[in-house]
Amino acid sequence: MRRRIPEWFVLLLPAFIVIAAVVLIPLIFSLYSSFTPYKLTRPSTLWRWIGTANYEKILTDVKFWSAFGRTILFLTIALNVELLLGLLIALMVNKVTWGQRTLRTILMFPMMFSPILVGFQFKFIFNDNIGLVNNALQSLGVSNAALPWLVDGNLAMFSIIFAEVWMSTSVFAILILAGLFAIPQDPLEAAKVDGCTPWQTFRHITLPFLMPFIFIAMTIRSLDVARAYDIVQIMTGGGPAGRTELLWTLMSRTGYVDARMGLANAMGYVSILLSIAFTVYFFKKLSAARAELGMGG
Amino acid sequence: MTEVTLSNVVKRYGKQQAVHGIDLDIQDGEFLVLVGPSGCGKSTTLRMIAGLEDISDGEISIGNRVVNDLPPRERNISMVFQNYALYPHMTVRENLGFTLQIAKQPEAQITRAVNEAAGILGLDELMDRKPAELSGGQRQRVAMGRAIVRQPDVFLFDEPLSNLDAKLRTQMRVEIKKLHQRVGNTIIYVTHDQVEAMTLADRIVLMRDGHIVQVGTPLELFNTPVNTFAATFIGSPPMNLADGVVSDAGTIVLRDSLTIPVPKSARAHVKPGQKVQLGFRADNLMPVGHAVEEKGELVDLELTVALTEPLGTETLLFADLAGLEVQAKMLNPRPVQPGEKLAFHLMLDKTHVFDAASGVALRG
Ligand SMILES: Nc1ncnc2c1ncn2[C@@H]1O[C@H](COP(=O)(O)OP(=O)(O)OP(=O)(O)O)[C@@H](O)[C@H]1O
Ligand SMILES: [Mg+2]
Repeated sequence: MRRRIPEWFVLLLPAFIVIAAVVLIPLIFSLYSSFTPYKLTRPSTLWRWIGTANYEKILTDVKFWSAFGRTILFLTIALNVELLLGLLIALMVNKVTWGQRTLRTILMFPMMFSPILVGFQFKFIFNDNIGLVNNALQSLGVSNAALPWLVDGNLAMFSIIFAEVWMSTSVFAILILAGLFAIPQDPLEAAKVDGCTPWQTFRHITLPFLMPFIFIAMTIRSLDVARAYDIVQIMTGGGPAGRTELLWTLMSRTGYVDARMGLANAMGYVSILLSIAFTVYFFKKLSAARAELGMGG
Repeated sequence: MTEVTLSNVVKRYGKQQAVHGIDLDIQDGEFLVLVGPSGCGKSTTLRMIAGLEDISDGEISIGNRVVNDLPPRERNISMVFQNYALYPHMTVRENLGFTLQIAKQPEAQITRAVNEAAGILGLDELMDRKPAELSGGQRQRVAMGRAIVRQPDVFLFDEPLSNLDAKLRTQMRVEIKKLHQRVGNTIIYVTHDQVEAMTLADRIVLMRDGHIVQVGTPLELFNTPVNTFAATFIGSPPMNLADGVVSDAGTIVLRDSLTIPVPKSARAHVKPGQKVQLGFRADNLMPVGHAVEEKGELVDLELTVALTEPLGTETLLFADLAGLEVQAKMLNPRPVQPGEKLAFHLMLDKTHVFDAASGVALRG
């Protein structure tokens, strides 16, 4: 009698094949190519093994590390601003009794736009000649000169963060609102009776209940923001003079413009460490916050 | 001192009215129990006193101070919730001390107050646990401890025992009564369990559909219910009610032409032809020779027993009275077979007459 392939294996085979095709093979290929001087324009370079030369180059590359640092700065500012604004919005929406559904839907609008369109939109809004912002500032007499929103390094960073915050604050707002809905009413009422002012109730009861939701939002968003690309590419293209260059704009420039794919892939693997670090950090915080509430693990 | 006064207190949810103008005067140090079936507005009333619910109309004052517009924290009350409402992220110690922490009391005083409450309720071993690590009864105790630590003018309890098993409930009932004797504060206690109401209350407020039906001591409610609702709600087993018509001869004719004299207390209040309900408790219908000492007017009845429930010192008998199943009580019980015919005495002086249409008690 012929040995038959076990049924479970047959059933799982399509899944294995798909995962191999879309995840495993690209992963192995990119990892391999990061050890070669692979240039898209010269495919034969793919077969030259140069060991860790790409990684060594990155370690001393000022451009890479300033993009790395700028990404962390971008991440930190954007996440914190989004958290604060999202929390504020969620708390206010939670108070609304009439038309809350509509409001919640409107809240999601920014998430429905393609980031590229958001980028174009803000590129227009912050344009120094014809942009809305300068127009408004000048009509109101706040400023006579045209402010170089996307040309000055610091202002450009601000503009990008502004666009990012506009687009993604609602993620925080929605997740925190879900948290607010999930809070049991009893402890809140007990706190009121126990003598808490509204602020004290928020500080001592509501906030601890929200922490797990906040950390989930943080985890998701840190992964998202760490690979910010579209908005930056559209609004400033990493300029002026690399002053808004983030990891992913740098990588795509290295890989596709300079065609040095091997080096770009090596950068990718180094910057993944950043995402992993943030994820691990926020997950630790999440577990701690849940344990605090007696929810286990 | 801390009287609590409700005058014409109304609660509306939109168009629907949940509490219809309640008047109550609660004395300082009184243990008042609000009792009634589910949905009658007990919790709503209590929550209005606590300040967790707006007052739609009327006035509530605590200690001569109108509190309608005061937030809960300024009413100096504490409340024990049905679901305990402990703070899950705090240890027992922190739960107990939270209210004093918020009030910015000195640390030494907080420790003292917390330890004292823990001592009263036997929580010493549990102080460093989180609520998730406690049993239902222990959580209930922490909730009570939290209320004690606050040293409020008034304690409010909303069905604090309804999530506990029967044995624990009896035990906690005693503890609550002891607590009241020890601290002597005014207590307003909500329950739907008439046994809890009877055993705990100085005074009971019986509610139905957002109205007060009767206010009185447990014995007043038990002995002189104002209507059939009060008669059947208070006391276990519920009072037997038999439909009948008042005859010209001053008797009440039940079904199957069984006649029973109108009790003395009701004689001046019934007229011939009136449809009434005759009410008597199981304790007032007893087999001859198995009763408490029999006083006053007795009516002889011979009834067939359909079912028995032996309870040890007494047996509940389900007997057939003119086609109606009534409950009777047999003291010093002997075994009774279903279908057995027994001679009973109905104690007429303890029997009530209610108007059949309105349910109102007819007595003077
Ligand atoms: N938030 C609300 N909105 C609308 N109606 C409500 C609300 N809360 C309570 N009610 C209504 O008010 C009435 C009284 O409710 P309440 O909670 O006071 O009852 P209860 O006597 O405490 O009952 P239970 O023994 O079940 O707790 C009920 O008919 C209930 O449906
Ligand atoms: Mg209730």
